[in-house]
Amino acid sequence: METKRRLFVLIAPPAIVLALFFLAPLVIMLLYSFKDNTFGPLLPLTFKHYITFLQTPSFFRLLLDSSKLSFLTAIISIILAYPVAYFLVFYTGARRVILLTLLILPAWTSFLLRVLAWKVILGSNGLLNQTLIGLGLIQEGAPVLLYSQSAVLITLVYVWIPFAALPLFAAMERIDPRLHEAAQDLGASPGQTFWRVTLPLTMPGVASAFFFVFIPTLGEWVTPTLVGGVTGIMYGNLIQDQFARALNWPLGALLSLVLLVLVAAFSYVFNRFIPITEVPVST
Amino acid sequence: MKREFGKWLGWAYYLALLFFLQLPILLLIIFSFNDSVLLVFPLKGFTLDWYRQLLGARELLNAARNSLMVGLISSAVATGLGTMGAIAISRYNFPGRQFFLNIATLPLVIPYVVLGVAMLILFQALGITLSLWTITIGHAIINIPYVMLIVAARLSGFANNLEEAAMDLGATYWGTLMRITLPISAPALVAAFLSSFTLSFDEFSLAFFLAGTDNTLPVYLYSQLRFPNRLPLAITTAAVVILVSVAILLVSEWLRRLGVERNARQGR
Repeated sequence: METKRRLFVLIAPPAIVLALFFLAPLVIMLLYSFKDNTFGPLLPLTFKHYITFLQTPSFFRLLLDSSKLSFLTAIISIILAYPVAYFLVFYTGARRVILLTLLILPAWTSFLLRVLAWKVILGSNGLLNQTLIGLGLIQEGAPVLLYSQSAVLITLVYVWIPFAALPLFAAMERIDPRLHEAAQDLGASPGQTFWRVTLPLTMPGVASAFFFVFIPTLGEWVTPTLVGGVTGIMYGNLIQDQFARALNWPLGALLSLVLLVLVAAFSYVFNRFIPITEVPVST
Repeated sequence: MKREFGKWLGWAYYLALLFFLQLPILLLIIFSFNDSVLLVFPLKGFTLDWYRQLLGARELLNAARNSLMVGLISSAVATGLGTMGAIAISRYNFPGRQFFLNIATLPLVIPYVVLGVAMLILFQALGITLSLWTITIGHAIINIPYVMLIVAARLSGFANNLEEAAMDLGATYWGTLMRITLPISAPALVAAFLSSFTLSFDEFSLAFFLAGTDNTLPVYLYSQLRFPNRLPLAITTAAVVILVSVAILLVSEWLRRLGVERNARQGR
């Protein structure tokens, strides 16, 4: 009985706060998607935004495009981060932590201004264009990278590499070096050792890197707004637009709900294979 | 021989990636000393003028102070609630434990734009005016899972026989928590608080939807990005923020390591 009371005192405050400010908003968002318009009463409920959604192919297209872009962002970030994590763990000994810290340091500086810096690099008078002109590789007035889907992709990859590197680094650190020695003693070439020992053992790290890059990227709207221009918008911009400019909150709630369902389904499937929230009980 | 070559290749790749990642940061710092409103090359000349102007930029300093307050309060709340949750899930086995854990860690995987609009709708429905408080609540929610996972990792790092010993010696349960459990977890608590603070201080996407008339620093900076002549000041702010966050990061990393070493000494 005493134990129950203690547990209750511990768990009630976080549970109440989460119910009130996390679960309740999601439920109200669901209700809101049935509301007639932004202003006015909640009742009568209507399906009209659902019909609008189903009848607007551009919503689907943008959702698909954004999913592709998020997928690419996650894959490219992992491909770029993997060799560096491998090098740090297996070649640099005790210095690896400080070397890793140097690499992920940019992730702790203002997100907005890092994106802005890419605007400076990719712009028409930007660093990249001027360097290319200086080298004689392109002509003055050549098309610039800024305000395109490529600009969004480059910037997002830049933003996410450090976050992809962390789980990869952790996964490689867990590998027992004796496994490598054993593989070599048994006659495996370095290539075989990598493909048949290292890579399979780091797959959980690859998967969680993918997860933690893909999900937040899918909801992105800030990066596309700053460097994407008209052709670079993402699904998140659609949601933001309903609240900030179009003032169609019910439609925005529905669009947001669709994204939530998609992300929840993805997390559920993912969690079946790699549990991200496993905490042991030590009573 | 082959390994030597691999090592060279590794260093070359590491340095190239490091350059790619640090270049934009370096650019911001360089431009904060550049004597021109335009963020283009070639550079015009060295100046400390932007830093001087920064000291007089009332709105910007206000926004920075707001961010500081929102960061401190939301991190304190998240650390308190997250620690309670962490103790519950790592010291008790109860029905609904996995459910609680799933819900509490869900904010980790929900895009901020979704959470932002959902909370905006809730506050509007309840007739709560948007203010720094609504941002504070939002930031507390997204930080609870981080705190819980950091503190729970620490709690499962030492057996509860110390706690049992204290209670055998006559300490009450809450006395044990205050005098044994929390002090042992102190490095994790501080690390959780600092990581919450850095997340909150830089968080924009959620704050954008929950901001009233008072802005946090990122929301203020975003509003300034539309005016090209105000960019240098924004960049100078960034240069200052970079230094401060790096300092906070280093302290929190040092504390985390301290915790890990303590774990190691206890043979776990």
